[in-house]
Amino acid sequence: MMRGWMAVYFREMLILRRRLSRLMIAWAVSPLLYLVAFGYAMGKNVVIQEHSYLEFLIPGLVAMASMTQAFAIGSEINIARFYWHIFEEFQTAPISNAAYVLGEVLAGMTRALLASGLILILGIPFGVLLSYNLFFWLALVLNSLVFASLAVAVAMLIQSHADQALLNSLIITPMAFLGGTFFPLDHLPWWAQKILYLLPLTHAAQAVRASAFGAQPNAVDYLILATIAGLAFLLAILTVNRARD
Amino acid sequence: MIEIVDLVKEYKTTKALRGIDLVVNSGELFAYLGPNGAGKTTTIRILTGLTRITVGRARLNGHDVAKESLAAKQQYGLVPQHINLDSDLTVFENLLVHGCLHHMPRRSAKQRIDHLLSYIDLSEKRDTLVKHLSGGMKRRVLIARALMHAPKILFLDEPSVGLDANIRRRIWALIKKIQQEGVTIFLTTHYIEEAEFLADRVAFLDQGRIVALDTPQNLMAGIGSWAMDQLLADNMHTLYFHSQEDAKHHAAGLKNGFAIRRVNLEDAFLSLTGKKVI
Repeated sequence: MMRGWMAVYFREMLILRRRLSRLMIAWAVSPLLYLVAFGYAMGKNVVIQEHSYLEFLIPGLVAMASMTQAFAIGSEINIARFYWHIFEEFQTAPISNAAYVLGEVLAGMTRALLASGLILILGIPFGVLLSYNLFFWLALVLNSLVFASLAVAVAMLIQSHADQALLNSLIITPMAFLGGTFFPLDHLPWWAQKILYLLPLTHAAQAVRASAFGAQPNAVDYLILATIAGLAFLLAILTVNRARD
Repeated sequence: MIEIVDLVKEYKTTKALRGIDLVVNSGELFAYLGPNGAGKTTTIRILTGLTRITVGRARLNGHDVAKESLAAKQQYGLVPQHINLDSDLTVFENLLVHGCLHHMPRRSAKQRIDHLLSYIDLSEKRDTLVKHLSGGMKRRVLIARALMHAPKILFLDEPSVGLDANIRRRIWALIKKIQQEGVTIFLTTHYIEEAEFLADRVAFLDQGRIVALDTPQNLMAGIGSWAMDQLLADNMHTLYFHSQEDAKHHAAGLKNGFAIRRVNLEDAFLSLTGKKVI
């Protein structure tokens, strides 16, 4: 049933390899600006949860990058579908919908983990070296699985590039700023906290930050991320047929 | 073999196919001819699983395209109308990805690529990025890609569209060569001479229906052997004759504004539908 996922992943990796140097520059720019502006300049003397603001910020930026870069696979699919028509090459291949989705989701996760790793490297010149243990990476893997799966589902359902841009503006950008990336959620009113706890990025940021600080992460965060990831992956498989006319 | 039974395709506001019945035999080169919007590409999209059937059924070598889609997809190669190669990948990488998608072992895929690149006369472009190829070269790579997994059926959707006459003829020679190796070819085109030169049989499609189906020779013979085009005030009028003498005799009273020529498939289509194949 899953035969063929490697071919889909292989194609994405060939393209990624060719574009990697340019992508790494793009992946580095925003986090670097956040680190300089918010972490270094504005938050120099700020302490949150007994850590400097830079130490607080980097796990949040890592969680955010894993979300945005995993979700970016949707734009790649979108261009392949509407502009280059390469999606038809997959549709006419003898591979199942599940295999196609798995290949694309893994490609999204690979991009997400590379972009996250880059932020950790960027943190070193700022003197930030946290605990990047197994739980830290598990939270990133689950978060990127959630958003890569959602990206594939969305890419199958939308009908144009403009729809994709709209979804990025309406969903991903607000989540990036409100999902616990830049500030602790307990600074917000209780009702806002309740709403923001519905977002997967909030749980990813909490799990990533707790692991990076060497604390015991909350198992509930991992459970929620795993459940959403499973549902999003199933949704992505179900939507592939919708892309046929 | 391709079998299509009572095929209907309806979109929200239009009926693209209105009951197509068709059998294309193994090893045959079959041309599907019609004006833009007649339903040619819709038929190919249905046969290749890209578009859902509204009513009817279609089989490729006995495999139902809707119910046994994975088995049906193993039967064919598709050369689409638009060039859908990965432009950031090399020719070799494009073909290798296709081989992987069709579950070919890496080593046999590489051997097949070398064979096919020699077959389409593009061995020297193996490691060139697709974006650096000419239009004609890209078309040939599309054909090579469709042949990667050695399919028994090849769908060619307007394979020479947008190419100049020399390159078009080169593509035709390649298509003939593929047929001689036993591949069943289903060709859509609006180039009349392409169908006339290549096809064993031709179907004329108009407004989602097949209006005629026969060999090019029989379709043309049905209207005569010679044609006389006469330029009228606001239109071109064509008359058909069984011999050149009859045509000349008819033209005897005319001083100019006419031309006598052999009948072609376009005439057969025009006489059946009243439309030009554009």
